[in-house]
Amino acid sequence: MTHEEIIREIIAPSGTSRAAERSQLLQYLCQIQHQCSYIPGDAITQLATRLQMPASEIQGLIGFYAFLHEQPRGDYDILLSDSISDHLLGSRLLLQQLCNRLGVAPGVPRADGRVTVDTTSCTGICDQGPAMLLNGRVISRLTDRRIDHICALIEASTAVTQWPAEFFQVDDNIRRRDLLLSEETAAATMDGKALRVLLETDGNAILDVIEKSGLRGRGGAGFRTGMKWRFCRQAESDSRYVVCNADEGEPGTFKDRVLLNSYADSVFEGMTLCAGVVGASRGYLYLRGEYRYLLEPLQAVLRQRREKGLLGQCILGKDGFDFDIEIHLGAGAYICGEESSLIESLEGKRGIPRNRPPFPVTHGYLNQPTVVNNVETFMAAAKIAVLGADWFRQAGTPESTGTKLLSICGDCERPGIYEYPFGVTIKQVLEDCGAVNTQAIQVAGAAGTTLPVADNGRRIAFEDVSTGGSFMVFNNDRDLLDMVQNFSHFFVHESCGFCTPCRVGGSLLKNLVDKLVNGHATHYDVGEMKQIGSLMKRASHCGLGSTAPNPVLDLLNHFPQLVESRLAHSGYEPAFDLDAALQEARDITGRDDPGAHIRTET
Amino acid sequence: MADKIRVATASLCGCFGCHMSLLDIDERILELVQLVEFDRTPLTDIKTVGDCDIGIIEGGVANAENVEVLREFRKHCKVLVALGACAVNGGIPAMRNSFELRECLEEAYIEGIGVANPQIPSDPEIPMLLNKVHPIHEVVKVDHFLPGCPPSGDTIWTFLTELIEGKPIGFPYEQIHYD
Amino acid sequence: MSSKNTFMLDGVAIEFSEGDTIMDAALRSGSYIPHLCHNPEFRPHGSCRVCVVNINGRQVSSCTQPASAGLEVDNSSEDLVQERRNLLQMLFVEGNHVCPGCEKSGACQLQAVAYYTGMLSPQYTHFFPQRSVDASHPDTAIDFNRCILCELCVRASRDVDHKDVFSISGRGIGSHLVVNSPSGKLGDSAFAATDKAAHVCPVGAILPKHRGYEQPIGSRLYDRSPISIVGDVAAHESDDQGDTHGR
Repeated sequence: MTHEEIIREIIAPSGTSRAAERSQLLQYLCQIQHQCSYIPGDAITQLATRLQMPASEIQGLIGFYAFLHEQPRGDYDILLSDSISDHLLGSRLLLQQLCNRLGVAPGVPRADGRVTVDTTSCTGICDQGPAMLLNGRVISRLTDRRIDHICALIEASTAVTQWPAEFFQVDDNIRRRDLLLSEETAAATMDGKALRVLLETDGNAILDVIEKSGLRGRGGAGFRTGMKWRFCRQAESDSRYVVCNADEGEPGTFKDRVLLNSYADSVFEGMTLCAGVVGASRGYLYLRGEYRYLLEPLQAVLRQRREKGLLGQCILGKDGFDFDIEIHLGAGAYICGEESSLIESLEGKRGIPRNRPPFPVTHGYLNQPTVVNNVETFMAAAKIAVLGADWFRQAGTPESTGTKLLSICGDCERPGIYEYPFGVTIKQVLEDCGAVNTQAIQVAGAAGTTLPVADNGRRIAFEDVSTGGSFMVFNNDRDLLDMVQNFSHFFVHESCGFCTPCRVGGSLLKNLVDKLVNGHATHYDVGEMKQIGSLMKRASHCGLGSTAPNPVLDLLNHFPQLVESRLAHSGYEPAFDLDAALQEARDITGRDDPGAHIRTET
Repeated sequence: MADKIRVATASLCGCFGCHMSLLDIDERILELVQLVEFDRTPLTDIKTVGDCDIGIIEGGVANAENVEVLREFRKHCKVLVALGACAVNGGIPAMRNSFELRECLEEAYIEGIGVANPQIPSDPEIPMLLNKVHPIHEVVKVDHFLPGCPPSGDTIWTFLTELIEGKPIGFPYEQIHYD
Repeated sequence: MSSKNTFMLDGVAIEFSEGDTIMDAALRSGSYIPHLCHNPEFRPHGSCRVCVVNINGRQVSSCTQPASAGLEVDNSSEDLVQERRNLLQMLFVEGNHVCPGCEKSGACQLQAVAYYTGMLSPQYTHFFPQRSVDASHPDTAIDFNRCILCELCVRASRDVDHKDVFSISGRGIGSHLVVNSPSGKLGDSAFAATDKAAHVCPVGAILPKHRGYEQPIGSRLYDRSPISIVGDVAAHESDDQGDTHGR
């Protein structure tokens, strides 16, 4: 098919309302990008006409999402995961190798259009990295041998479908099972058991059980799930929505990947249960673009559920219990894990966090009451409905009931998924995953907390060290500044750009971290970092901006000696490399005399 | 005489307008010289800077010589002041930052109207240009900033008297402007 | 009005009505809260963060925070003023703000709010971004060097002019204003100098052509009195819209 035909097919009128079609805009663009390797100008014009919207707004969307491009990418579009966990496994050398072997510079398509090599934020394959995305598919466990093999396949123009299957293998790596993942409770939510409980009792009864269980949001924020569902149920409206947040973008988090791979039915059961309780007839699973490889398997699970009468009209034969789920893809934007950004993105817009109040429970998707919960939360809710509040409360602490899935990576023998009762000590976790010689632990990802190993008596719980699941281990051989630098760059890349402190402050902070890494920062710069960081924490529009300075502030607070050892000895250092700033003039004039250089002051 | 406050001034990449504005304090300059004596400044024509209490810098940092003078000032002055828009944020000269240095030089020395013997100067006597013009705080630590293009004589007077008298620095509303 | 419908702003009781934000009520009562992206004629935006205030140790943007009875709002503590100054400094180093060479100087809201907070220097490291000027339109020029991403022109063109001339593209520090036209140039768009969008820019990014430096220094909008007394530049823009209409 020509691009023109592909585009025509993708954006063919669906017969629904324009508002509904407009909310598909991002999905159209994702499909066009996937099939054409870019969004041709024609597609923008046609979409603008079809949806009666300004073309500049569509360009604004393309400019916002990292996976969308107005210029063609290579036939083989490679995105190497640039998370610190990939760095620890040697990804930066592999990037070099890849670029050298293929004769490309990062981000620039090769002249023959064959290939592009670029980096992307964490792909969520941290336990079996380094990883890359190839035309949207994951290739795990990269080694220099595998890179050479990949280069050979590309040079031979081998179709991706012909590539060795083991390249694309992604394992679950479940290392510890507890309430949710145990074999005994696996059957609890099969064949719509949770929905049957709902039909045997009623929405109120389910809400009571969920509330009694003490279940709190597993994405990290910890809002009480029962309360969220109740608010949504009580909100005045004819239409309500249930949204599953599967935009697992926090670096080092990959537990939702595993749940969606092996427990999708329970997750959809939880969403349907929620729909039954709050009275929603439509649900969305917002799947991060990095997990596109899960799209078809997930759609297969949805089909099975429809066949079994667990989705669609009259679920389990109950009149009026109508609910179906659609999967929306993200396109490379960490911010869309924030629930109001996610909703904007679902509506086919740039993922800019909304002003609150109002909150999504009353004014969410299309301004209607909407429950947005994490993948793990929906799964837990479904189990609780069947097995009861007491079953759930047997694990955890009074404030943090039940269990939590941790995704562990970094310097440990056994990276993977560990399900623990809340309240587990960090020491225990480190022992179980085989971490030795540990220097620090990064809990809850880039936005989380850096803990020195001396703090290993602390516990994973909402009331102590809270996490959406990310748990990265750094041993004594590691330079923590690498991690802080990686995270600072990550936040600059992922800031939506809406508010001043995050947009500008984040960049200033990143530049100061670079200065520190390069050995040019002084006490004055440390003061600047603290000031900018604290401004970002206090004044930012959303959680991204207010957590973005955490790695820097934790470094300054918890590792002062490390910072001190890396400071320049002078009281003040220029903001830029003075001698390098003369290079252009040297090139133009051909001068290299002493006057053509600026010495570093001693 | 010994307890007079020593002041040095210099103009880097600026237009001398701020120095002219310093003279706009008019007859108050008589009061000022009771309190201060000038070290290196275009007003005295002293070429090297000695140990001073206050160093006042007009203009941004555009070339290697600017860097050298600025560093000398920082080394010798207890208090360093950025005087005027160019010292504070690069000012008008920093508008060249939107262009490549090569474009600027070619425009001036090669493409320009009326240029005879077109060539980009490369004599070692000529200070080498930085690729961008920077405010002075991006090179050395600056203690005080006085914005304005130029800051008015009144602004400069307010600042100097407050600084010399050891008072907190503050200005009436009309005395602060960025243009 | 019953005492139920008041909150305290720096110790002064401010009356409010249902649906008011803190900003709405404060401005109506004549109390000034510094702001850039807010314009009472448009839906609150909350992006510049200059209007942050402290409530119970938490910071919120007053232009988006609903007023509620009994709130104790701090709008003037030294820390808060310092914070606003830092936000303004960030905006100054992000773009290329060459006040001596800008026609809007003296009637620029970014400047005026910076004067109000006592900002003497941008002080952070400048980004000196490469940005362009669009002079393609016969009556209006856009200097992207000065854009602070307040999105007032976006809102005005969409909500009042119903033309959708402006959008935001990119993200993070790469966010930028784009023009909706085949060439991306203003001259090719539906924009007219009589549009509302031509009269809401708080800085010198969107400027009328064929006139310049009309007000002598000393008698410009913010030369003699601070913005807390003079008010927003957009509120004064409407005074001379007649000129443009008459052109």
